[in-house]
Amino acid sequence: MQKEIIKIEKLKRYFKVGDETVKALRGISFTIYEGEFVTIMGTSGSGKSTLLNTLGCLDTPTAGDYYLDGINVRGMGKNERARIRNRKIGFIFQNYNLLPKTTALENVELPLLYNSAVSAKERAVRAEKCLREVGLGDRLNHRSNQMSGGQQQRVAIARALVNNPVIILADEATGNLDTRTSFSILTLFQKLYREGKTIIFVTHNPEIAMYSSRNILLKDGRIVSDEYNNDIKSAEEVYNSLPVDND
Amino acid sequence: MNIKNLLKVALKALNNNKMRCFLTMLGVIIGVGAVIAMLAIGQGSKNSIKAQISEMGSNMIMIFPGAENRGGVRQSSDDMQTLKPADYEAIVNQATTVAHITPSVTSAGQWINGNNNYPSQLQGVNSEFLEIRQRKVSQGEMFTEEDVKRAAKVAVIGKTLVDNLFPDGSNPVGKVVRFGSIPITIIGVLDEKGYNTMGQDQDNIALAPYTTVMKRVLATDYLQGMQASAIDEEQTQATIAEITDILRTQHKLKETDPDNFTIRSMQELAEMISTTSSMMTVLLAAVAGISLLVGGIGIMNIMIVSVTERTREIGLRMSIGARGKDIMMQFLIEAIIISVTGGILGILLGAFTTWMIYAIAHWPVVIEASSVVLSFVVCTVIGIIFGFYPAAKASNLDPIEAIRYE
Repeated sequence: MQKEIIKIEKLKRYFKVGDETVKALRGISFTIYEGEFVTIMGTSGSGKSTLLNTLGCLDTPTAGDYYLDGINVRGMGKNERARIRNRKIGFIFQNYNLLPKTTALENVELPLLYNSAVSAKERAVRAEKCLREVGLGDRLNHRSNQMSGGQQQRVAIARALVNNPVIILADEATGNLDTRTSFSILTLFQKLYREGKTIIFVTHNPEIAMYSSRNILLKDGRIVSDEYNNDIKSAEEVYNSLPVDND
Repeated sequence: MNIKNLLKVALKALNNNKMRCFLTMLGVIIGVGAVIAMLAIGQGSKNSIKAQISEMGSNMIMIFPGAENRGGVRQSSDDMQTLKPADYEAIVNQATTVAHITPSVTSAGQWINGNNNYPSQLQGVNSEFLEIRQRKVSQGEMFTEEDVKRAAKVAVIGKTLVDNLFPDGSNPVGKVVRFGSIPITIIGVLDEKGYNTMGQDQDNIALAPYTTVMKRVLATDYLQGMQASAIDEEQTQATIAEITDILRTQHKLKETDPDNFTIRSMQELAEMISTTSSMMTVLLAAVAGISLLVGGIGIMNIMIVSVTERTREIGLRMSIGARGKDIMMQFLIEAIIISVTGGILGILLGAFTTWMIYAIAHWPVVIEASSVVLSFVVCTVIGIIFGFYPAAKASNLDPIEAIRYE
């Protein structure tokens, strides 16, 4: 039996908008095991952003239970959730969200700044290691505004890895990138998957499901399908087949 | 996040916006500079007044005839005839806490020496006047007790009179001049003192035995006042009480009668003047303080802009594990760095301005350590107060909304 990283049971999330109650999540249950690469798909309004916020401990469910790495997150206070985000979760966003005018190293060190157990020296060592892992070993001291979109997203991925999270949450991580760069980033995700990292990739692009190990489809706040992918396509092959843009 | 990392993060953020940061600081710099300079001017003038008063004798006591007001009518003390030489003698014989005392009668008139004349006055005193007013005779000699008894026609004069009556620079000692129609022999010259705080020329003075002025000039039996000095500056009030008792007995006043004389001490005068000057200092500092306040509002303004501008950064920091407290501290420390750095530069600017005032206008200035410390503390407090609202605003942001803020 593999280790359960995420287990949600009958998760509901309702919002009050004026007099109306918007039911974003209407009772969702699933378990994600260590080492899975799960894509969560759905059109806008399907509740995938709400689910991501909940899984990322940014939001609390209205009803249902959420266990992250065996810990029940429901009922945690703001500060406890901040701590669990810091120790157990790595976020990757569509628009990278790097600090402006700040070097790659400093950006990657950021999560460790909020962990007083990590010394300044260890911070630098770990950040550098993660940047090498994502293939930016030669750009450690480049500033975020001196880098391309793909490079910025790699910095963001390194930042998500630096705290050794149990789960990496990616929100449309390739949404702002051109096809070729998207595949280079996907290749990186697949590499992390092979290394045993657990990844949740939220997207509205159905194509990406072909490159993950499991696909959960959401519609109107419910799970429509939850299927394992036995024929994972290699993003690297696609990347290599794409012509290099020399315009 | 520990304080070292917080400082690093804050400095980095400020460094990203150097110009804006400096302009915000400028408000504090000017405010603190103004406060420091104003306090320096105020304190300087207060100190110089104090110094001049103590030079005049801070244990000096003045006794005037008549009450300050009689039946609601204020009167000139020169017109009142309640102090007599007998009162003076009673104080001399009975008082234990009076160090020196002299009667005082003054007549205004024209001094004449050959072709030269000068309008001034003749003050009748005894030789103890010198001790009370801390004056010295620089040439010749002071008149003696014997001169007082004989009502001798002798006088000791100040530098201004010497210059006007003897413009050729000849030695006035031993010369006979006239005060009005009365011939008077100059037996000494007083040391030079210059102008006092009230702008009076302390060298425009002529002293004669009080008996001479009473009998030969004014033809009166009454004194216009007395001047005394207490044994101890600290005991001026006790001395005043003692003199009051003696004079009341002398004047046979009943319990219920009001005093028919008035006693003033130099201390009271000093306090009055320093109160006025303190008020002035406070007023100046308050005006300067307002500019400091405006500087503080500037900090708040720019911090609010900064929080709005960096909403996404705040959202990101929160999503990777920053607590509300961490965000709050980050922005609070930025505000404090601006205000404290501004404060330090302001103190330097204030010191420089003060030095300029001294160098150009020659005003007496004193920068007290307390005003520097005060400015510094006020700056820190301003940073905290005006940084608090924006910092609280930042820490209360919802990370979900903040991270998607455009």
